[in-house]
Amino acid sequence: MSAVLDIIASAGLWAAVLRIATPLILGTLGALLSERSGVLNLGIEGIMTFGAMIGWLSVYHGADLWTGFLVAALAGALFGLLHAVLTVTLGLSQHVSGLGVTLFASSFSYYVFRLAVPVAGTPPTIKPFQPIAIPGLSDLPFVGPAFFAQTPPTYVAILLALVLAYLVFRTPLGLAIRMTGENPHAAEAQGINPMVVRYGAVMAGSALMAMAGAFLTLSAFNSFFPTMVQGRGWICIALVVFASWRPERALLGALLFAFFDGFQLRLQTVLGGAVPYQLFLMIPYILSIAALAVMARRARVPQALMQPYRRGER
Amino acid sequence: MRFERREHRPVALVVATPLIAVAAALAIAGILIAIAGAPALEAYWRILKGAYGSRLSTTETLTRATPLILTGLAAAVAFRARLWNIGGEGQLYLGAIMVAWASSHLIGSWPSALQIPALLILGALAGMVLLLVPLWLRLRFSVDEVVTTLLLNFVAVLFVSMLIDTVLKDPTAFGWPQSQSVADAAMLPKLLARSRLNLGLVIAIVLALVLAFVQSRTVFGMRARAAGLNPTGAVFAGVPLGRTLVIVACISGGLAGLAGAVEVMGVKGYVTTDLSPGYGYSGIVVAMLANLNPLGVVLTGLFTATMFVGADGMSRAMGIPSYIADVIVALSLLTMLVAVFFTQYRIRR
Repeated sequence: MSAVLDIIASAGLWAAVLRIATPLILGTLGALLSERSGVLNLGIEGIMTFGAMIGWLSVYHGADLWTGFLVAALAGALFGLLHAVLTVTLGLSQHVSGLGVTLFASSFSYYVFRLAVPVAGTPPTIKPFQPIAIPGLSDLPFVGPAFFAQTPPTYVAILLALVLAYLVFRTPLGLAIRMTGENPHAAEAQGINPMVVRYGAVMAGSALMAMAGAFLTLSAFNSFFPTMVQGRGWICIALVVFASWRPERALLGALLFAFFDGFQLRLQTVLGGAVPYQLFLMIPYILSIAALAVMARRARVPQALMQPYRRGER
Repeated sequence: MRFERREHRPVALVVATPLIAVAAALAIAGILIAIAGAPALEAYWRILKGAYGSRLSTTETLTRATPLILTGLAAAVAFRARLWNIGGEGQLYLGAIMVAWASSHLIGSWPSALQIPALLILGALAGMVLLLVPLWLRLRFSVDEVVTTLLLNFVAVLFVSMLIDTVLKDPTAFGWPQSQSVADAAMLPKLLARSRLNLGLVIAIVLALVLAFVQSRTVFGMRARAAGLNPTGAVFAGVPLGRTLVIVACISGGLAGLAGAVEVMGVKGYVTTDLSPGYGYSGIVVAMLANLNPLGVVLTGLFTATMFVGADGMSRAMGIPSYIADVIVALSLLTMLVAVFFTQYRIRR
């Protein structure tokens, strides 16, 4: 029991929580934005993988770290465009199209990576983002090292969650997105073009997903390897439901989730050996499923989610 | 420009759809190969040669097709009833580990004639159980099964990893996490000497035939289809929706579990965490390419196996990453979706 308290009382845990949460925040926001407009994007896992690969590769070839992020975001938007053509223009099954995008984006990532970086004993590395201590705040005892000595993308992710919460609920654009997700026919009657809104939301959302992936290779680690996304994309999809499609709750959900994840990582070292490590690694996935089971009925799903919109059809 | 629903679908077009889709996928992948600085046509020729150029490679391709046909059937039967089972990978691993455990701890001394059928059933049961959990969550709490089945894949593989690291670990494997081997009597008979081709392929094809019959000629097949096309309408027409979905889940999870069982009993003899190079996920493509038709799955499973086996040989000869096979398979899924769309709609100005 005291071991548990020791873990929670260590600043290292809380610093890790923010680090673990960052890709989840970005990915969840991306999925949320897309779903708010009525399009489920299961391409997330593959788009994250591609973002991680292309962001890393850009930096490896001499781009600076922020350019790497930008390249990842643009590439993500292109995959979003693909998903939007399939699901918005053609109105295909969002489930199947998204899985197709995931399979394509991840295999394409591995292909490009293998072409660009021949097989080597140790994977090549880049110099990732370094933590930036926020002047003043980072000197505070405990709170400082725990919360105010993160890498820049973490601060950006948290800021983005707040910006998105404002955008979705306090601006005309956000209203248009939500209307399109609830009732595209009504949106159209108000002079909003649901097609344009959905294209925009899916592409912007996919850009966020790719940035989530890029965080893994540009900040959390310093190299790319296949399967490194490890289902984080699917966890984000679950977190959107848990957050009831609200950006501020997505932020909280991701942090809560990251807390459990960071906690289990440290518990592993404490209990080391006594309990198989795989049991700990299962926790995030099982938690996601549990969160879905608890929240699915209560959550207010956007009413037009997964329904293609065809002008002139009922 | 807008899309207009076709009054009727020309039969020729429906038959040609997968071919057009695959051709389009190969064309796009050809560009990717060309960008890598290799002639695309030669690469495809080498893929064919790599898959069918010798007796060994041909049997290897057929061996590889076996789990793909089974996971393809698993996806096809579920998707037809709009049960989104994306958990084939996890179900495959549970089927595999179940077989390894049962044969090394429980019934390893049974004669082949009893042990093999028993193990196949146990493997299928393990896959079933893993799919019944997300189905229960969907029916009880209306949780989307796509995400839960996907997440359970990771749980299942970790579970298998834990078992082969601890209680089922093979002590003679030099510390590698590898399960104890199944008994010799548990291994499926070979179809051809000096090859890995085994009875699993026959099992897969027979099951495809059975499934084709069940889906088109039985009340259950009709109900499952109705449940997929329009669940509300199906309920009004007297289809027991929950029960139908449970049966569909049992078949689908069972087939995926069987894929794992067959892979262990036919090829590997034991379980590691790289038993499957994503057979569960590829099964989704196999099913979609076949337009969810069980007999078509046999052909598209073979196509997918051809790509995977052939790409290995091509990769060694030309220096193109063998991941191109995964790219082709994924692209085929996307082009197939578009192609199917255009059998249903036409463009009008």
